[in-house]
Amino acid sequence: MTTVDSRPADQSPAPVPAWRSVGDRIRRGETVRIFGALVILCAVFSILSPHAFPTSANIVNIASDASVLLVLAVGATYVILTAGIDLSVSGVLVFAGVVSAKVMVALGGQSVGVLLLGLVAGLVAGLVWGLINGVLVAKARIPALIVTLGTLGASQGVALLLTNGVDVRDVPFNLVLSVGSGKVAGVPWLVVIALAVAIVGGVVLSQTRFGRYTYAAGSNAEALRRTGVASARHLIKVYAVAGTLAGLAGYLSLARFATTTLGGHATDNLSTIAAVVIGGTSLFGGRGTMIGTVIGVFIPTVLQNGFVVLGVQAFWQQVAVGVVLIAAVYLDQMRRAARERP
Amino acid sequence: MSEPLLEARGIERSFGQVHALRGADFTVNKGEIVALVGDNGAGKSTLVKILSGADQPDAGQIFVEGQPVQLGSPHAARDLGIETVYQDLALAADLDPAANLFLGREVFRPGLLGRLGFLDKRAMARDTVEEMSRLGVRLKDAAAPVAALSGGQRQSVAVARAAMWARRVIFMDEPTAALGVVQTEQVLQLVRRVRDEGTAVVLISHNMPQVLEVADRVEVLRLGARVARFTAADATVEDLVGAMTSGTTEEHAA
Repeated sequence: MTTVDSRPADQSPAPVPAWRSVGDRIRRGETVRIFGALVILCAVFSILSPHAFPTSANIVNIASDASVLLVLAVGATYVILTAGIDLSVSGVLVFAGVVSAKVMVALGGQSVGVLLLGLVAGLVAGLVWGLINGVLVAKARIPALIVTLGTLGASQGVALLLTNGVDVRDVPFNLVLSVGSGKVAGVPWLVVIALAVAIVGGVVLSQTRFGRYTYAAGSNAEALRRTGVASARHLIKVYAVAGTLAGLAGYLSLARFATTTLGGHATDNLSTIAAVVIGGTSLFGGRGTMIGTVIGVFIPTVLQNGFVVLGVQAFWQQVAVGVVLIAAVYLDQMRRAARERP
Repeated sequence: MSEPLLEARGIERSFGQVHALRGADFTVNKGEIVALVGDNGAGKSTLVKILSGADQPDAGQIFVEGQPVQLGSPHAARDLGIETVYQDLALAADLDPAANLFLGREVFRPGLLGRLGFLDKRAMARDTVEEMSRLGVRLKDAAAPVAALSGGQRQSVAVARAAMWARRVIFMDEPTAALGVVQTEQVLQLVRRVRDEGTAVVLISHNMPQVLEVADRVEVLRLGARVARFTAADATVEDLVGAMTSGTTEEHAA
């Protein structure tokens, strides 16, 4: 994107453009640094394990691992930009997976129509929880941390009630074959879908009014309200988007693992938040980019994969992500403190 | 003399037992800077809130160019060309000046993209640069987030936003309270410039010498009612303080 083209003659010469292109903002932001960290991480694993880590099969593996997390992280980027938080995504993901699986099982068969109805069921299931989160945060003014902690437990609980705690395993096989493990031109469908979500999410965030209000809500919600924008409604929409994307993630997880994985997503919410914050989005709201989130998602994923490849206990990944998350938030705080000083 | 631009008559407003406004009057004429002064609790903030649509009076009338109006919301006030610069500025610090000037009034791209909500950032940036140069505001970096600007420049951005959209009146609540000497002078210069461009300015301030320096007229509130009106050139700080602390009846009736 170019910032300056032939300007009409009646304008005063403006050597410095009054807005920054996306590329310019990325260059100025911390995105480059995070990307550097990711490159270094990959380089270290490649040197330590030159025959197992930098292979095309393993790269496909990493990308597939990252895709479900990326879908969650796109929604979380919006929520965190409004200075909110959504802990409920891991519960909502499981709930949506259960609803989607139950719907497809009840309909029976393997047709595309059944798979699509399953998708719709999962998205709607996610949307409902997102709307509940949004209304409680924006209208009832309950802190997002508490609201989404509550809906985390509630959605997880309802999912267990619906299944009596037993995973739904008779997921249509076609779903697993196509979305779950199929590829387009060598790229897994999961990755294609996740990247499409990230691209749409990124364009909406940086180019549209919806994105601008998201930044403004996190930057100064009162100012947004005073300009006459229905800021509560905007917040509800943001949580609804995050919930719907958690529903999509539930469907993708179903396709990938061929089961509802009731107990397998407990830390997804923290991994998601970690990815978004590592990607440079401020927990205080108002600052961040989608490209940063995309890179941020790969840091915990590459760590996990690298540890597995090196034969290090994978539990170290949790420790490493925890440390990186705290460090990222600390850096964010320092930056903010430095900036607030006049 | 022509109709006042904005006129309030007999405004009453109570909060429980507290009578914040007891039949307050207020007048703004075209092309003037009028200062609204009064001691703490005199009712300045309440009156400004009512005139900017943020609060509703219990009784009284408001006229814009002689026509009675209802200012039921800040929206209604803005539609009549009345803008307010709040003391906390109400800027989104993470957004750049252009995004702040157009917050809530975004310009969309032409065609389908625009209908999908895509912003015309270039047009908004261009108009912002024009508005800033019209008002003589020079920003170090027009594309930097507002948070990176100095206090005076932030104030200038907030004033420029109001000036961009106000067709009639801008209310400014203590615009220089948090500023240093040089920045205060810049902001006052900006206020004069806004007036010279044809928009009336209502200045709420505690700084009496400043009021006399920059305002054309001064209206004094005491205990919820207007007690005095001065032409700034003929008044002294002692006159103002006297009216604020012991004025009881309306003087200098126009």
